[in-house]
Amino acid sequence: GCFVFKPSAKRRRVSQKKDRGLGESIGDSEDIELRFVTCQSLWAQVKAKTEQIQEDLNKQLFDNLVNFLKLSHSEFQEKTAERTCRMKSREIPTAALILGVNVTDHDLTFRSLSEVLQNNISPYVALLEAKDCPGIKNLIQKLMGQLMNCYVDVEDEDYVQVSQKRIRCSMNSIITWYESVTKKTESTAPSEKGTSSSRHWQSPPVVVIFKDMESFTTKVLQDFIVISSQHIHELPLVLIFGIATSPMIIHSLLPHSVSSLLCIELFQSLSCKEHLSTVIDQVLLPTDFPFKLGEKVLQVLINVFLYHDFSVQNFIKGFQLCLVEHFYSQPLSVLCCQKEDTKKRVNSLTHEQCENVRRLPSFRSYVESQASEKQVALLTEDNILKGIIQKLLEDLNVYHQNYLPVLRCLHVFTSSLPKYPLGKQIRELHCACLENKVWETKEYESSLQLARMLNKSDLVTMLQQCVEIFVSSSGKEFDKTVEKLKEFLTQFQKLEEEAFQERDVSVSPQKELQKKTDLYHLQKTLLELKDSRRSKKLTKFEMLRFEVVDYIDSLVRNYLIPAHHKTLHEIVYFNRASVLREHLNAAPRTALHTALNNPYSYLKNQALKSEGGSISNKAPDICIVYKLHLECGRLINLVDWLEAFSTVVMSVEGQNADAASSDQVDDTIHARFIRAVSELELLGFIKSSKQKTDHVARLTWGGC
Amino acid sequence: GVKARKNKAPVAVSVKRLVKKLGDISDDEAQETLEENNYVAALGMSTQDAIGNGSSVSGGAVYSFQTPRRPSRMAELASELAQTPGGNVVPNHSQCPEKTARTPQSTSNFLWAALAWKCKLIPLQRVVLGKYMFLILMCVYSLLLQSKQKEFVSTTPYRLRKRLAAPDTLESESEYSSSCSEEEEQDQPEANTAVSDQKTPAKTKAASTPPHKNTLTKTKKEDKMSNLVEEYFEAHSSSKVLTSDRTLQKLRKRRLNQQTLHNLLKKVPIAYAAEIQELNQQHEALFTKWMLQLRLGFNIVLYGLGSKRDLLEKFRASVLLDVVHLVVNGYFPSITVKSILNSITEEVLDYGGSFRSPLDQLEFIIRKFKEDSSLELYVLIHNLDSQMLRGERSQQILAQLSSLPSIYLIASIDHINAPLMWDQAKLSLFNWLWYETTTFIPYVEETSYENSLLVQQSGSLALSSLTHVLRSLTPNARGIFRLLAQYQLENKDNPSYPGLSFQDFYRQCREAFLVNSELTLRAQLTEFRDHKLIRTKRGADGVECLLIPVDDSTLTDFLEKEDEDV
Repeated sequence: GCFVFKPSAKRRRVSQKKDRGLGESIGDSEDIELRFVTCQSLWAQVKAKTEQIQEDLNKQLFDNLVNFLKLSHSEFQEKTAERTCRMKSREIPTAALILGVNVTDHDLTFRSLSEVLQNNISPYVALLEAKDCPGIKNLIQKLMGQLMNCYVDVEDEDYVQVSQKRIRCSMNSIITWYESVTKKTESTAPSEKGTSSSRHWQSPPVVVIFKDMESFTTKVLQDFIVISSQHIHELPLVLIFGIATSPMIIHSLLPHSVSSLLCIELFQSLSCKEHLSTVIDQVLLPTDFPFKLGEKVLQVLINVFLYHDFSVQNFIKGFQLCLVEHFYSQPLSVLCCQKEDTKKRVNSLTHEQCENVRRLPSFRSYVESQASEKQVALLTEDNILKGIIQKLLEDLNVYHQNYLPVLRCLHVFTSSLPKYPLGKQIRELHCACLENKVWETKEYESSLQLARMLNKSDLVTMLQQCVEIFVSSSGKEFDKTVEKLKEFLTQFQKLEEEAFQERDVSVSPQKELQKKTDLYHLQKTLLELKDSRRSKKLTKFEMLRFEVVDYIDSLVRNYLIPAHHKTLHEIVYFNRASVLREHLNAAPRTALHTALNNPYSYLKNQALKSEGGSISNKAPDICIVYKLHLECGRLINLVDWLEAFSTVVMSVEGQNADAASSDQVDDTIHARFIRAVSELELLGFIKSSKQKTDHVARLTWGGC
Repeated sequence: GVKARKNKAPVAVSVKRLVKKLGDISDDEAQETLEENNYVAALGMSTQDAIGNGSSVSGGAVYSFQTPRRPSRMAELASELAQTPGGNVVPNHSQCPEKTARTPQSTSNFLWAALAWKCKLIPLQRVVLGKYMFLILMCVYSLLLQSKQKEFVSTTPYRLRKRLAAPDTLESESEYSSSCSEEEEQDQPEANTAVSDQKTPAKTKAASTPPHKNTLTKTKKEDKMSNLVEEYFEAHSSSKVLTSDRTLQKLRKRRLNQQTLHNLLKKVPIAYAAEIQELNQQHEALFTKWMLQLRLGFNIVLYGLGSKRDLLEKFRASVLLDVVHLVVNGYFPSITVKSILNSITEEVLDYGGSFRSPLDQLEFIIRKFKEDSSLELYVLIHNLDSQMLRGERSQQILAQLSSLPSIYLIASIDHINAPLMWDQAKLSLFNWLWYETTTFIPYVEETSYENSLLVQQSGSLALSSLTHVLRSLTPNARGIFRLLAQYQLENKDNPSYPGLSFQDFYRQCREAFLVNSELTLRAQLTEFRDHKLIRTKRGADGVECLLIPVDDSTLTDFLEKEDEDV
């Protein structure tokens, strides 16, 4: 069933040439290549950045692990009689690494972990996966293979690598190997000091990482632990368990007798949600990255993350898809590039591209808002258009630069409100702002109301944070804002001082209240108090607070305009969420059922059109057979099915039912029926059944 | 239903917000459908800009949502419709789909819709009933009358027929029997309802409450209670399904073999060829895009109704001709991962050595591809979800292969449960981009290997291998095999034939002077077994039984041929 096709040598050469301009494959327009290159460079940028983020986030965890490993076998360094006193304890130092359920991200983590360990602790790191180790034998074999290979990698010469096949795979051979290795490093270490041996100690521990502890067979794990604990004195072994669920799994997998042989320390990795927030914060939001995601797209990506896999890896993959899709489908994406290149690219736009710009909906509405002479100019003269494009892109850029600090500032306010009407995370706020005019939403109103009730200390700290954000932002327009905010801060300070002075002067009515014990009087004063409070003028603090909130509100209204209100937003925003959902989150079963139930949605033929849940009798055979089988229960009689099918088919072909009643089913119809039934079998709707002759079993229930 | 719902979940979350805004959700059961409608509307709206493909169709049109089943609704609907004075069919029809959409989970309604649909198919001129008959009843009658004449047995629930049809139409009842031998008492209405419920196994508990609850009145309360329990278990027992007893043999229909089937089908014009052509052209426009995405590290999986073989072939022919590529026909019955790996190592990497296990081989391939960055391989797999490849280990190996940056995989899947093959880890290795490519092209190649239910197996392959192996054996050995074959043919009418027990066989062989000791027979049998000529099975009593795993007709052919030779 497998066939390999190799092109002839000549052809291959041609293909290599073609390869260079892979971009050609996108289409035939000339700036395709440029688009492709831009896309690739942007993707490389994203990739590098996300990897950097991952590394930074894992740093803390890895540092802890490295420390643990260093300490775990410190006594092995002093190869003295001390070791004998430790003889009694047979515990294997073990690190349990709790990584969370996002299994897909673990791969990267482990890869960088083993790298770190190899650089810092020991060259002997083995990474085991459950799928490679169905039995203890395979496990040891795999372990040996990895250990010896990595040894060879480090020292690479004059070590006669005995073929794995010949060594008997046992713990003993590992130990002898280890001894020979450490001896050799001892002998060679003095001569080549300062190279590899300086980083490692004389007898580095052997680190064994179990990538997915939960999927290992208990037997294998237990055996391995018991065996290796016997040899712990000859072989400084350290285990690392990768755990996706909870640390309890260790105890449920291993009986007490085995787990007592381990000296376990827990390490918690960073939660994937935080990871995602960092990625969004540092990759998606920054203004220097020209490509942006539209609201729906971002929502789809986040939903896939939150409700499906918690995998940052997949999130980034989705982002890559957006990038590719945008550059593939939007001819104007050529303008979606770094600021420096924009001018050049705008100037080199072809006439066709200019027409493309004119066709953009956002640009059209922009044109309509212009004076009529200008409209004509914009629509007819490319040079004027280019100038305008330049200006508009500049505007867009400025908008982005202003957008971010204001968004962050708003986030400072909303993230501390009770019940988080606008969301806790900045990504939620970002989505809300992209979707609509945020100040028109109910959530925004309620959060403003809540903000008007903030106490002073909170307000002051928030203002300080905002000042910091604005100062560090690159936007030029914010000097005034900073000034204004600082002014608020000083006013608050003044208030505080005033209040301090006033405090002892004013005798509050509450104090009077305490003096009176008469019920009637009490009631009366309380009522009075209430009245006075209602009519009371706002205090200075309250006035100021209102002012602050109003100011923030004005900032929001100025700067957080949704992107799709901006002209030329199509160039940098990717908005086709449906494409994304189709390709990342497909529903194959839905498609199948649609095709079977309603062939008209694919085959646009009027004959197939039918109303409601019914189906036209002219539908393709498989649809009819499928529809008929829906009527049946768990078992289907093939004869009945065949006759029903032939009735339907013959009524279509206009044959009179009388003619058909001759009991015999036409051979062609029989053949068609057979084909349709075997197709249904291939699709998994039915299977043959031995329960009764000439019956098939139905594999689905009800209507689906 | 459960699985389908699972599939829906992804979309459900993405429109959650929309649904929330559409608001107006009450806890009322009836409102539940409303919410679903909203959800569907939202879904449809958000995907409207998709090309006219299936995923743009809202889920509600495809699956019915699971709503608590109200068994009485069917009866209500039936009586309601029965009371409407005869008029035109249209309102009834428009009513039916609507109802089905609301409680599609209840089979009874489904049957109703199907009935209504059938009514449309059957010409009404045959109906000779009085003009005061309600139209819908007329339809049912015509259906039943016709079925009586043509011996056509519909699967209309018994209860419905009893209610709607005159008693004289009940003769066909004799054709029904439950699949297991137990007798049904069909005279009591309660039992009848249970029977009709049996048609839909795995229902909710509520489903098994008798539809006639209102009409039953409050006669014997304790009786009713016990009935309820009994009916629950009856409805959920997996052993009894009521179907007709007719077999294909009674139809005096010879089984078609593969060749005649093929010839017959060749004559049948493909329906809607123009539309299918158009559909496929849409897919073909995506080729360059696929190529680009493959090169960027994604792998592509195609799904949707219809054979995707031609499409992939076209893809291969139009874009892949200049590069090294591997085509895997997953539907091929003897395909294994090992053969895929072998063709990579032997033909792509030109390596002659052998490997101890597929894992070693995989490792070798991975190493080779990592060492030499100029190596590139496009892999096309038709039917990645075929019987032979759907195993966990096979998928794991394929996933690891596909995760290599210089191996580009494009595959097709067809089975409805195919996505269940992959867990998160495998999915991330595969790095799929899903493409819906509904082609509506018949699965000709894919089903030709499938040992189809209705197709007579020609068995020519098995026959030739049988004769070849036997020819190389001693006359005694041939005699031994003959004995076994004859015995098996004598028992061919016994469906529970366990095979010939070893001791009996030994006795027979001795009598025919074919062997002189048990040991020689055993040695001979081992040889047979090595050539897969026989299979041993342990019978119920622990006796070793011998079987020839070839179907009877082939065996008869074989014996005939042997006789000719002798």
